Amino acid sequence: VSAAPSAFSDEKGGSASEPEYGHDPASGGIFSSDYKRHDDLKEMLDSNKDSLKLEAMKRIVAMIARGKNASDLFPAVVKNVACKNIEVKKLVYVYLVRYAEEQQDLALLSISTFQRGLKDPNQLIRASALRVLSSIRVTIIVPIMMLAIKEAASDMSPYVRKTAAHAIPKLHSLDPEQKDQLIEVIEKLLADKTTLVAGSVVMAFEEVCPDRIDLIHKNYRKLCNLLIDVEEWGQVVIINMLTRYARTQFLNPNINESLLEENSEKAFYASDDEEEEDKKAEPATLAKRKPYVMDPDHRLLLRNTKPLLQSRNAAVVMAVAQLYFHLAPKAEVGIIAKALVRLMRSHSEVQYVVLQNVATMSIKRRGMFEPYLKSFYIRSTDPTQIKVLKLEVLTNLANETNISTILREFQTYIKSMDKDFVAASIQAIGRCATNIGEVRDTCLNGLVQLLSNRDELVVAESVVVIKKLLQMQPEQHSDIIKHMAKLIDNIQVPMARASILWLIGEYCEHVPKIAPDVLRKMAKSFTNEEDIVKLQIINLAAKLYLTNSKQSKLLTQYVLNLAKYDQNYDIRDRARFIRQLIVPTDKSGALSKYAKKLFLALKPAPVLESPFKDRDHFQLGSLSHLLNAKAAGYQELPNWPESAPDPSVRNVEIPDWSKCSSRKDRKEKKVEKPFYSDSEGESGPTESADSGNCESDSGSGSASASGSDESGSGSESEESGEETESDEEEEDEEEEKKKRKKLDKTKAKKQAEESAERCTIHTIHQISCIINFDQFDMNKITSVFSQTLAPSGSIKMYELLHRIKGEGLAVEYCFSRQPFSPEPNMVAVQIQFTNNTNSETKNLHIEDPRLQSGMRIREFAEIDVLAAGESVTVVMGIDFCDSTQAANFQLCTHTRKFFVSIQPPVGELMTPAFLTENDFKKEQGKLMGMNEILEKLTLGEKCVNEHVIVERVTATANLSRVPCGSDKECRFAGKTVSSGCLVLVTVTTKEGGGAQLTVNCEKMLIGTMLVKDILQALSQ
Amino acid sequence: MIHSLFLVNASGDIFLEKHWKSVVSRSVCDYFFEALERATEPENVPPVIPTPHHFLINVLRHRIYFVAVIQSEVPPLFVIEFLHRVVDTFQDYFGVCSEAAIKDNVVVVYELLEEMLDNGFPLATESNILKELIKPPTILRTVVNTITGSTNVGEQLPTGQLSVVPWRRTGVKYTNNEAYFDVVEEIDAIIDKSGSTITAEIQGVIDACVKLTGMPDLTLSFMNPRLLDDVSFHPCVRFKRWEAERILSFIPPDGNFRLLSYHVSSQNLVAIPVYVKHNISFREGSSQGRFELTLGPKQTMGKAVESVLVSSQLPRGVLNANLSPSQGTYTFDPVTKLLSWDVGKINPQKLPSLKGSVSLQTGASKPDENPTINIQFKIQQLAISGLKVNRLDMYGEKYKPFKGIKYMTKAGKFQVRT
Repeated sequence: VSAAPSAFSDEKGGSASEPEYGHDPASGGIFSSDYKRHDDLKEMLDSNKDSLKLEAMKRIVAMIARGKNASDLFPAVVKNVACKNIEVKKLVYVYLVRYAEEQQDLALLSISTFQRGLKDPNQLIRASALRVLSSIRVTIIVPIMMLAIKEAASDMSPYVRKTAAHAIPKLHSLDPEQKDQLIEVIEKLLADKTTLVAGSVVMAFEEVCPDRIDLIHKNYRKLCNLLIDVEEWGQVVIINMLTRYARTQFLNPNINESLLEENSEKAFYASDDEEEEDKKAEPATLAKRKPYVMDPDHRLLLRNTKPLLQSRNAAVVMAVAQLYFHLAPKAEVGIIAKALVRLMRSHSEVQYVVLQNVATMSIKRRGMFEPYLKSFYIRSTDPTQIKVLKLEVLTNLANETNISTILREFQTYIKSMDKDFVAASIQAIGRCATNIGEVRDTCLNGLVQLLSNRDELVVAESVVVIKKLLQMQPEQHSDIIKHMAKLIDNIQVPMARASILWLIGEYCEHVPKIAPDVLRKMAKSFTNEEDIVKLQIINLAAKLYLTNSKQSKLLTQYVLNLAKYDQNYDIRDRARFIRQLIVPTDKSGALSKYAKKLFLALKPAPVLESPFKDRDHFQLGSLSHLLNAKAAGYQELPNWPESAPDPSVRNVEIPDWSKCSSRKDRKEKKVEKPFYSDSEGESGPTESADSGNCESDSGSGSASASGSDESGSGSESEESGEETESDEEEEDEEEEKKKRKKLDKTKAKKQAEESAERCTIHTIHQISCIINFDQFDMNKITSVFSQTLAPSGSIKMYELLHRIKGEGLAVEYCFSRQPFSPEPNMVAVQIQFTNNTNSETKNLHIEDPRLQSGMRIREFAEIDVLAAGESVTVVMGIDFCDSTQAANFQLCTHTRKFFVSIQPPVGELMTPAFLTENDFKKEQGKLMGMNEILEKLTLGEKCVNEHVIVERVTATANLSRVPCGSDKECRFAGKTVSSGCLVLVTVTTKEGGGAQLTVNCEKMLIGTMLVKDILQALSQ
Repeated sequence: MIHSLFLVNASGDIFLEKHWKSVVSRSVCDYFFEALERATEPENVPPVIPTPHHFLINVLRHRIYFVAVIQSEVPPLFVIEFLHRVVDTFQDYFGVCSEAAIKDNVVVVYELLEEMLDNGFPLATESNILKELIKPPTILRTVVNTITGSTNVGEQLPTGQLSVVPWRRTGVKYTNNEAYFDVVEEIDAIIDKSGSTITAEIQGVIDACVKLTGMPDLTLSFMNPRLLDDVSFHPCVRFKRWEAERILSFIPPDGNFRLLSYHVSSQNLVAIPVYVKHNISFREGSSQGRFELTLGPKQTMGKAVESVLVSSQLPRGVLNANLSPSQGTYTFDPVTKLLSWDVGKINPQKLPSLKGSVSLQTGASKPDENPTINIQFKIQQLAISGLKVNRLDMYGEKYKPFKGIKYMTKAGKFQVRT
């Protein structure tokens, strides 16, 4: 890399006129020359050459980066907003967004460019136009932005919709009055089913209307299920939001335990008599216990977030950890400890934040981190702030069993070179001593030894801690008090001096001889002391005056006189107050009688507790928690509700036809199936969320109508020759449809102002609806027929249960390629039972389906009796979730159970889709790149003509033929049954038996498998 | 979320600023400088600094502070993680993340920051997508660009953002298809005075360099996957498959990436490959102290311990050190009191040692703190936990790739208390 500049300048020698942009453009110049410089920048921007413009823009951006003002170039720069060069354009955007706020009028010049961009057929250009437009902070364009956002929110590209979600908070911060309209857009986008949009729209929700929890209900299950496929930053936002949501909607899973826990914890620290009381109270609380049942949605959230503990992103791990901490039953919270401990290997800033949270958690759930105690041991190379936090955690984790190891560890810390850390260690020892009675004496002895340490800071800190410990049991430790009295000659740290003085004053009865002497010394040095020490001297004097006035009367008077003229008014006040209180005069009020009670009352020992105690009322992992203060925009973590709100609000109804047609504009949204979560989905609640998708309904509905036709004709004709005829018939039918479509299209064009692209899809759906209604009855009839008809010969039968294995019961199945009417996104599987035994078989039914998650089975109705020698055919539906995973289940008779499984060939996972040639091309254009698979092949000997190819392909996969002008090409289209993704197949034949196969499918796996199958079929 | 970003160098100058929302005056950094002054060590600056109107969240990498300005509630780790991702991206693009590199490439830096955040919310942080948008500068490209005036910005549109595997570009082509995996394990340990292990754990990572054509689908399986106690994955790894079969199945990103990081379960005893014999003593009243250090191999499974580096922070009272090493070289910095000894390879026949005396401030009392000794080392061709890769298979593509797996053990935070 070091060679770069030299090589760079060598090359540059040739083109000297080019300015060098890598270096500081303005640094060398004196101020006055700045103007000149800007002049030549303007010149360059006005030139025709892109390279000069780029040069100028680079220099301008470098100026912005260094914080130099470049606003006077605005008019020159903004002219280039429509520049063809993509980098110039981008840099102009950077400039524009930076200065638009300052040059509002001029910025308006650029708006039309972006408005044009919003209409571009390319989704990425639409998105980037919206992004820049919404970043321009000029209030005058708010209506334009609003319109653009609304339009983009129903764009067919998920990427544009994502950009729309990003634009919402921008507009909201620019003009909060748009809130209501924006909430509408948010509501719309929340219903989006793509992972791309989910994170961004929840982010917008959190910024604009975090309190509108009602918007989440319907989308809750979907968000839970999409979560694993959302990009990592979105995951953080969604998890944090769902934590809050769950706190309002579900019951506290620890409700019973928390009652119990309180009791036991109280008993642990409480004195004996209290314990008895508790014992009495316990039956009462136990009686209150109600059986707790977790809402399945609550469980869904916990289950779906758990794998994210394995994320590489610390923020995601932390988000899941806090979710578990706030929401999970006590027994399950433990799993987060391991992941949090792992984060401590990361950068020190990450460690810092994680340790803060661990410190809070370890107070509430100590047991969770105990196995990882050693991971919190401190290394000399840790930064001080990390050391102190680790110490905090270690102290919180200390209990009777591990205290000896912890104290041994603490002892090595005291020898550290880092004095702040040593001080913190001493504090920690003090806390351990107060919390764990058994080691109090050991700790005290250790601390007393530290009093002879050479380092004054160590001694001072020990004094302060010893003072607190002694307060707990002063009687036994008068020798320590004496020892400390001696220390006052050497210790200079004010806090320590003050502590010693307070201790002597408080327990002057234990050291009656020493105390007055200490006061004498202090009186001498009074004027040189720090304020806190002075206050304690006055205190000591007052206490001695009350207990031992004979020896200390004069000294006290002297001290009070000194204090009377002190510079600090606190001290003057205190002196005046105390004099009135303790020195009996004529005027002294009623209080002086009680002086002794006032000063020498028994004081409760201080409780040394963690600064992290009760911090968990802030949502963990939040900024507010870290600072222990509410940050702007912090959303309170609500308390658990007393009784659970209605869980049915999260149910998503399965839309019916009428609804579908009324909400056509939503239909064209592409259903992007998440990459990995196809096996991730949940049965039950998920299923309803998934099937709430209009498109797949209507899609498979339309396909089913004509699909049944096809197979109907297929089953009638046994010879292949006739079948080709039926194919031709089909083509005619297709043409008819095309005509109809054209008609509708023109109609639609007049009606709708939508883009042409959308319009066509729109009409496809309309038509499919019409067809569906036309043929509805017939559809029904065929499906009724299919249940009684034996499957035709052209459909391949598979064996489910062999005659011998099944002890006379033979079961075969086939994919009937007919729509499964009860649930359109299931594949219909026709099952034929044959009873080869001599006796009746009864109660044939399915039991115990074991499916990959997300897959569902719709069982056939139980067959009561199957007489000997007879056979019966039934149809069942299986949602394979567009995967070729086998569905396993048990086939039960009245006597036996058989384990069987059905594995679909990939071709059976789709239903035919009817497209025109143009639509086909358009859709194919959308599924380029990774979604396209190209394969060359040599056609098999028998594949002599088009018909054979068509036959072979349609036999392999349940696709329909798409009309095509060229006779060299055959096109097929279908949709996957479960998610309705388009599957487009093209076979192009070449001279000499060669051919090329193209499969376009959004689901790459399906695509690859389909290619294999078709290849095999064609090359036979 | 993230309002602005300021880059501050070691001497406390702001050398780059970027705003994603309205401009925040750079005077907000004064609060940061205050905190910087208060901190005794550079790494002791609190990561989160509240100011009256903003919050400053900073990370320190390569002696540059990345200070993000926040205005409202946001998870601090979110920002910290993002800032580290920014640094990683810079490193990826420029080879080093230094002030000079950032200043030289200020336009690319600005373009990157523009793409990485939109309105303060992360937009594209995947290096694969970014590289599609903005090409990393190379010497050749810089030269070509200056002559022809062509650009760093990708001409084609970033289709990666729309893909279901956003971490992989489409149409990747290589003439040599190769996939290399490095299994690197680090031992973190604290050894006490007497040589017994107080705590020891093994953390490992698998870094990959995959240069494969097309869209390969890889599976990697281990001989002993049960060793892995706690794992975190690159998003490309299919979690379900791991849960069910303990197999790593993934479509790899193109180029270098960290596939997996793991922690070896704490039940297993950790083999400690080196031991240290030490005798460091200061006598009361004397201005001299004894210093003796001997290193030796312990459980190394027959492999050589290499690149050994010993460092120790000596007490403040030490003026100078007069030592003689039996091999390697040592340095002592009288200002920072840091002693470091570059040992090299440990020869079991002739153990390396460092002996001599240290001089103390005259008159000062003997230091009561004991220095800790930090050790770094490397052992090639060994994963100390015993982890072994069983096989690596590729599906989805036809060619035969060249596969390679390398093991290495390193010292992580390896400390010996004296």
